Amino acid sequence: MTRFTLVALLAILGLVGCDQPSDSPNSGDTPATFTFTAIPDQDEAALVERFSRVADYLSAELGVPVKYVPVKSYAAAVTAFRNDDVQLAWFGGLSGVQARLQVPDSQAIAQGYEDQFFVTYFIAHEGTGLQPSETFPEDIAGHSFTFGSKGSTSGRLMPEFHIREQFGKAPDEVFSRVGFSGDHSATIALVESGAYEVGAVNFKVWEKALASGDVNPNRVSVIWKTPTYPDYHWVIRGDVDARFGDGFADGVQAALLAIEDPAILEAFPRQRFVETDNANYQPILETGRAIGLIDAP
Amino acid sequence: MRFDTTARGYRQVTLLLALAGLLSLVVADLGIHTVSPGDELRRLGAGLFTPDFLATGGLMAALANTVAFAFQGVALGVCAGALLATVWHWRPVRLFSAIIRAVHELFWGLLIIQLFGLSTLTGVLAIAIPYAGIFAKVFGEFLEESDRRPQTALAPGADALSRLLFARVPLIWDHMRRYTAYRLECAIRASAILGFIGLPTLGFHLETAFRQGQYSAGAALLYLLLLLILTMRWWLHPVLLPVYLLAALIWSPPVAPWRPDAWQFFLRDIVPAPLREGGTGNVTPWLQDLLSTQVLPGLGQTLLVGCAALLVTGLLGMLLAPLVSPFFGNRLSRAGAHVLLVTLRSLPEFLLAFVLLLCLGPSMLPGILALALHTGAIVAHLNGHFSGALTLRADRPRGIDGYFWDVLPRLYPTFLAFLLYRWEIIMRETAVLGILGIHTLGFYVDSAFAEFRLDRALLLIIAGVCLNLAVDGVSRRLRAAVRLSSSIRETAHA
Repeated sequence: MTRFTLVALLAILGLVGCDQPSDSPNSGDTPATFTFTAIPDQDEAALVERFSRVADYLSAELGVPVKYVPVKSYAAAVTAFRNDDVQLAWFGGLSGVQARLQVPDSQAIAQGYEDQFFVTYFIAHEGTGLQPSETFPEDIAGHSFTFGSKGSTSGRLMPEFHIREQFGKAPDEVFSRVGFSGDHSATIALVESGAYEVGAVNFKVWEKALASGDVNPNRVSVIWKTPTYPDYHWVIRGDVDARFGDGFADGVQAALLAIEDPAILEAFPRQRFVETDNANYQPILETGRAIGLIDAP
Repeated sequence: MRFDTTARGYRQVTLLLALAGLLSLVVADLGIHTVSPGDELRRLGAGLFTPDFLATGGLMAALANTVAFAFQGVALGVCAGALLATVWHWRPVRLFSAIIRAVHELFWGLLIIQLFGLSTLTGVLAIAIPYAGIFAKVFGEFLEESDRRPQTALAPGADALSRLLFARVPLIWDHMRRYTAYRLECAIRASAILGFIGLPTLGFHLETAFRQGQYSAGAALLYLLLLLILTMRWWLHPVLLPVYLLAALIWSPPVAPWRPDAWQFFLRDIVPAPLREGGTGNVTPWLQDLLSTQVLPGLGQTLLVGCAALLVTGLLGMLLAPLVSPFFGNRLSRAGAHVLLVTLRSLPEFLLAFVLLLCLGPSMLPGILALALHTGAIVAHLNGHFSGALTLRADRPRGIDGYFWDVLPRLYPTFLAFLLYRWEIIMRETAVLGILGIHTLGFYVDSAFAEFRLDRALLLIIAGVCLNLAVDGVSRRLRAAVRLSSSIRETAHA
C-alpha cells in the first residue's frame, strides 16, 4: 500500500514537471481560428445561441473557422480582447473605449444603427409613486438605486454621469442604497420585484422585455430618458491583418455591415450595423474621465 | 482572592468573541430587501425538487474541467508546499506561506487571468498557489510536532535528505495523505467557484442558471457538485491518483497562450497610477483617497461580517453538534442530521451566499448566514464526532440537560479551538463575498478589476492579507492564552 502511494507521489512529481508555466508551448503563432466575444449584457443563457449564429455567418463570409468565446463579465471581455484570447468583440461604449486604451492599435469598425443615438431609461417600482418626467427626476434621491454592470455604458456610466451632474454628489450619497445588478435583465427583475426602487437600464433591453411580456408594466415603468449618446460597437484588434492576411479587418467590417438576416439582427437586437470609428466614442472617453472611471491621461 | 482556573480563560475568550459578534450584528445591515422573499424561496425550492440535467449545454465538459483543475492544482500545491515545509523553521518561509494562503483562490484567479487569460493554467495556479501555502503550514507543523527520536537513531553523519525521507516523513506520511485527500475535496469546491469569474468550470453555469432564476437547471448542477464531493471516498483511491492526474493533464493541459507583453502586468499595470506617470509627489493623496474611500470601509465591513458570522457559526455549531453525537437521539435522527451537515459542509460558502443573496436581497444577512451554515456544519460535525470519544457516567443526565451540563462543558475546549481555527478561514471567505455585491473588501477589489485599475486591486488584496494575518495573530494569542491544545489542529483545519 505504502509503496503504491509512494509510486503515486513520484508519478505526480514527475507529471508536475510538465506542469510548469515555462513549459507551456508557445501558442502565440497564428491561431487557425478567429475568435470573438461579446459583453454579457443580458439573458446570459441565450448569449451562446445568439452569438453562435453570428460565428456561423462570419465563418461562411470570411472563409476561416470562427468561434464565439463566452465570458462572465464586461471586464472579462476586455481582458480577453487585450490578452488576444479574442480578436473581435461586441463591446458597449465604455468597454470598447477601455479595450482600445489597452490595445492601442485596435479599431471600432461597426455599430448598431440604434447605437448612434442610444438612450438609458430610468425605471421605478410602482410603490415609489414616481411619475414620468421630461427633466431629470430629482425626487429619486433617497430611494434605493441599482445600476447594471459596473462596466456598463447605459447601466452605469451615463446614469452615474447624470446623477453626479444633477446632485453634485456621488450616487452613494444620493441614494439610500446603491447596487450593481450585473446586467440589464437583472436590473429590470430587481426593480420589478422591489428589491431596488429605481434602476437604470439599456433602452433596447427594456423594449425587448416589454414586447416579449417578460416585464409587468404595472409594477415597473420608465420615469426618465437620458439624452442620446453612442454605445455598442464591434472592435477589432490591429494585428489581425498580419495574422489572417491583408485586408482581413476590412473583410470583417464588410461582413458585419452586410448582415441582413433578421434572425441574427433580432438577437442583438439591432436594425442593421453601420460604419463607425474610434473618434465617435471620444464623448464616452471624456464622460468616463469626468466621473473618475478612467484615469486622466 | 482570585482563582485563575482554565474555565475562567474560556469564559473570557467566549465573552470577547460573543461581544464582538453581537456588536457586529447590531451595526450590520441585516435587512431583507426583496419584497417577497418567500416567493423566490418557493421557486428555488420547487427547482430543487425538479432538477433538470439536460438544461445546461456543455455540462460534462464543465464537470471534467472542475475535476481537472482541482487535481492539477492540488498536485502542484502539494509539491510546492512539501518543499516549503522542509524549511518551515525559516521565518521568511512561514511569512511567505501565510501571505500566499491569505489571498483567496478567487482573488488569485482574478489576478492571474490578467496574465494567462481564461486558460487552464489560470485555474490551476489559482488553486495551487494558496494551497502551497496551506500545505506548507500543515506539513511544516506535522514535522515540527513529530517524534524526534528516530532521527537520533540514524547513523551519525546521515545527510539531511536521508534524515527527512527515512526518519521524519514516514512518521507523518499518514497524516499527510489524509490531509491531501481532504484538500482535494476543498479544491473541487474552489475549482467550481472559479467559474464565477469566467473559468469553464461548474460555477460558470451555476451562476448563470441561478441568477436567471432557472432553478431546475441550477439544482441539477448543484447536485452534480454534491455528488462529486460526496462520492470521493469511493473513487479517490491512492492507486488511481496517477491515472486521474494523467487524465486531467491530457483533458486540459495546464498551458496558456504566451503573451509577449506579459511584463506590462508587473512593470505597468500593478504600479500605483501616480508612480506610473513618473512623479512620486501624488502618491500620498492617491493612497489617502484609496484608504478612506475603499480600503478602510472594505476592511471594516469585512471585519463586521466576519465577527458576526463567527458568533452565529459558534451558536449553530453548539446547537447542531448533539444531533450527530452518539449520546443523543436515535439512529434515524443521527443519520438525518449527518446528511444535513455533510450537505451544508460540501457546499461552498460563496455559492450559498450567492443563492441566499438572490432570495433575500443585498444585505449582510445572506453573507453571514452562508458563512455560518457552512462553517457551523463543520464545527458541529467535528464536535459531535469528538463527543463519541468521551467517557460519561452511567447515571448522567439525559436530553437537553445532559448536553448543556455534561457533554458541552467537556467538549468546550475543543469547540473553542475549532472556532478560533476557523476564524481566519471565515475572514478570507468574507472578504471574497464582496464580489457578490456585499460591501466587504471583495466588492472594491471587483470594482478595481472592472475599471482595469490593477494597482488598486493589488493594494486592496494586500490590505486583505494584513487583516487576515492580524486575525490569525489574535486567534493564536487567544488560543495560547487559554492553552488550547495544538493536537487538534489537523482536524480543525479539516
